Amino acid sequence: MDEKIVIIGNGIAGSTLALQLAEKGAASVTLISDESSYFFSRTALMYVYMGHLTKEQLEPLSRESWDQSPIQRVKAQVSSISSEEKKLSFRTNDGDVKQLAYDRLVIATGSRPAFYNWKGQEAEGVLGLYHLSDLEKLEKWAANASACPEAVVIGGGLIGIELCEMLLSRQIKTTLIIRESFFWSSHLPESDAQLVEKHIQSHHLNLIKEDELLEISTDETGRVSSIQTKKGETFSCNLVGITTGVRPNIEFLKTSGLELDTGILVDDYLKTSDPSIYAIGDCAQLRNPLSNRSAIEPVWYTGKLMGEILAQTFSGQPVPYNPGIWYNSAKFFDLEYQTYGKVRPKASQPESEQHFYWETDEKAMTFAYDKTSGAFLGINTFGIRLNHRIVSSWIEKAINIQEVIDRLEEAHFDPEFSHRYYNQIKHAFVQNH
Amino acid sequence: MHSYRTTSIQKVFTYMGLSGLAVLILAGFTASFLKSAGLFLGLGLISLGVIGYTFSSYSGLPQGIKNNGVWYRSLTSRGIVAWVVGVILTAFYVILYFYPEHLEGLIRLFDPLSEGLSGKKASQWFVYGVLYTLAIVLFGIKFIVKYKHSKYQKYRTYSVIFFQTIFAFLIPEMMARLNGDLPYYDLKSIWPLNYYLFDGYQLDGFLQNGSLGTALLIFGILSTLIITPILTYKFGKRWYCSWVCGCGGLAETAGDPFRQLSDKSLRAWKLERWMIHLILVWVFISTVGVVYSYLLQAPNSYLLGPKTFLLSVSFVFSLVVGLILWKRRDWLAKDAQSSAIAISSVIVLLLGFFFFSESDRVLFIPSYQIRSAYGFFIGSIFSGVIGTGFYPILGNRVWCRFGCPMAAILGIQQKLFSKFKISTNGGQCISCGNCSAYCEMGIDVRAYAQREEPIKRASCVGCGICSAVCPRGVLRLES
Repeated sequence: MDEKIVIIGNGIAGSTLALQLAEKGAASVTLISDESSYFFSRTALMYVYMGHLTKEQLEPLSRESWDQSPIQRVKAQVSSISSEEKKLSFRTNDGDVKQLAYDRLVIATGSRPAFYNWKGQEAEGVLGLYHLSDLEKLEKWAANASACPEAVVIGGGLIGIELCEMLLSRQIKTTLIIRESFFWSSHLPESDAQLVEKHIQSHHLNLIKEDELLEISTDETGRVSSIQTKKGETFSCNLVGITTGVRPNIEFLKTSGLELDTGILVDDYLKTSDPSIYAIGDCAQLRNPLSNRSAIEPVWYTGKLMGEILAQTFSGQPVPYNPGIWYNSAKFFDLEYQTYGKVRPKASQPESEQHFYWETDEKAMTFAYDKTSGAFLGINTFGIRLNHRIVSSWIEKAINIQEVIDRLEEAHFDPEFSHRYYNQIKHAFVQNH
Repeated sequence: MHSYRTTSIQKVFTYMGLSGLAVLILAGFTASFLKSAGLFLGLGLISLGVIGYTFSSYSGLPQGIKNNGVWYRSLTSRGIVAWVVGVILTAFYVILYFYPEHLEGLIRLFDPLSEGLSGKKASQWFVYGVLYTLAIVLFGIKFIVKYKHSKYQKYRTYSVIFFQTIFAFLIPEMMARLNGDLPYYDLKSIWPLNYYLFDGYQLDGFLQNGSLGTALLIFGILSTLIITPILTYKFGKRWYCSWVCGCGGLAETAGDPFRQLSDKSLRAWKLERWMIHLILVWVFISTVGVVYSYLLQAPNSYLLGPKTFLLSVSFVFSLVVGLILWKRRDWLAKDAQSSAIAISSVIVLLLGFFFFSESDRVLFIPSYQIRSAYGFFIGSIFSGVIGTGFYPILGNRVWCRFGCPMAAILGIQQKLFSKFKISTNGGQCISCGNCSAYCEMGIDVRAYAQREEPIKRASCVGCGICSAVCPRGVLRLES
């Protein structure tokens, strides 16, 4: 009989694994999700609200191809796992509780928005931006500027900015409140942050810095009416977006006996403390992350990579998880951002890390390199696209910063006819050194 | 209710443009109404409407992608407005092609303009040409303002506006003024898109007009056999489809709001491959048949005798197909190889029919009938009525994708030997789906980007919109 593999969660990690196992055809695969019947791209939720995409266009694979695949899909919520019996219990939409046996179990339940027990956080009109159902909530509470004249978004990460862009696209007056003294200061050096701040403010976003949510007030119907901040300010609003980060979605594992920290602890082969249970994607926490990477990385491509790696392990060729050089990208309204390697803000920057910042007309780059050796450490780029493979290989080989500046044009990835800024950057670098 | 509705200023300009159309129609029905002033009033109102709408929509906004509300607006999401516009456009094409007598008043309205350009009275095709060119110019300006942040988008739109106004519109009119007997010839319209290039009356027109006529005919043949493959090798089929072609020009400008409506299903892809290549076979056979019958009428008056013509066509054709199959045997998909062999055998068989029956009949049907059926079904109904009339329902590139034999040839060249491809940028793709959604040719770009594979598809017209709408800088057109 085929090995029975059960995967909880049909996000990018779980779906990638299921599809690759199905392609290899060796095991019976069951994919459980309580969120949606078909795999969709969570990162693109904003485009549905803004009218760029339909809900179905979020799905990278056609529904037909899922229906034809041998993967069994179950729409249900897993309530508990019994690792001794190798069984899990789940509740279907009709409320039936059923059990399912597995030979190997994979947990890929992703994240959920982190709420920090504010007074009023359960009120009508308070939401995060993560789950498919958050879209429905937004349509219900913030369909337009007459239903929702004003909104407040708490927390300035990537999701916070997306939510602001969404609300502003429907002419809803939006205020973003961040705790830090400059935008996304946990990741961006100050000069980069200032560029982003200038850009988002040009889109009429009201940015409030160095303040925090204290409590949420409601009107007599239980709907949000205003928020109070720690500095004593009051903002009237009809919607509160909570985007103060995400944390692994592992509540249901409290009694499972698995070793948990913030996430589910896994080894280099993505195995948990139970030898027949694995965890991949946002919910997994690496016991031994690479020196230049974090133990939990809730980004799209690591979920995909973990799914691919585990598929190889399951088909008998175990490979340790190695995501290589860190990279990521985002778009702040119309400002594209890519990052490769490490470009640390002052607060977490070691003495030896030096930066070179260049900016012109909403285009900017920050180069990070080692002060003494000149070894290239990483780059942030705004409004200019760079070639991932080439920049990564420069960081991997730790080539000299001077060489990076000289060869930058090799990494050119902007559309044809775009202005090339590489000479300008060269000149600026020479003048700086 | 969402809030992506048309603003009142946008509405004012929309009504202004519509009133321009109304003036033209009224003036057309009642010849006495405003006389020629009606023409300029109508065209003026249309122009002001589109330009005003453009600036009321985009001016003052930051540079960037402007797709907010696309799937909420009736016109761009197959709502009632889309159906109404689709029906009106389709009706216009039906009247234009098959009942032009109803347009008599409208055509007479354009006489002063036509006489000013070519010295001749206006025809239905002149009216169509003016409106078509005006649409590309006006909606081209709208497109340029919408994509003001992208030089690639701006440059290729300048290019289609230039080729439409100068090559498709002004030069043929001027040529008619210089030499009234020369056939209407839009130099950028290349066989087989220009399927009537080798019709008997056209050949007469070329051959009886001295060296200029002969030069034009030779240019026409060279365009297909030499210029096209070289440019496609260098740049991909986009040099034509997105930079030069009039059908592509209209699709990219007036059709831009409808690009997201293209069918992305696997079924549509299969249908596309069959249809476009069978239409190519059809135009090939009918053109060869028409030239053959032209030569048969006077077998000894031309350099090329009818049989020599057939033999050389068959020889060159078999050589090209054989070379392709042999050179690309390693990576050409099995089904592509077998259908190529099957289709070419049919073509050679049909050519043999001509040869041995010594008549221009294919299975007892005279080739001019095959040719005129092509003109009716493909040249008129498909490219006009369905291709443009159905923009708001099927998307803006239905003709280019399912019907155009020129796109088929360019696509084969692009797939087989072009330097053109769309590169993907490592692992940056987040599978959002904007690229696939806004691909007017229905290519599932996302599927390639997720696998980090370059995109080399025969149908890609290189419009570059996938790269523009990608929020992570993943896609880059290269050649």
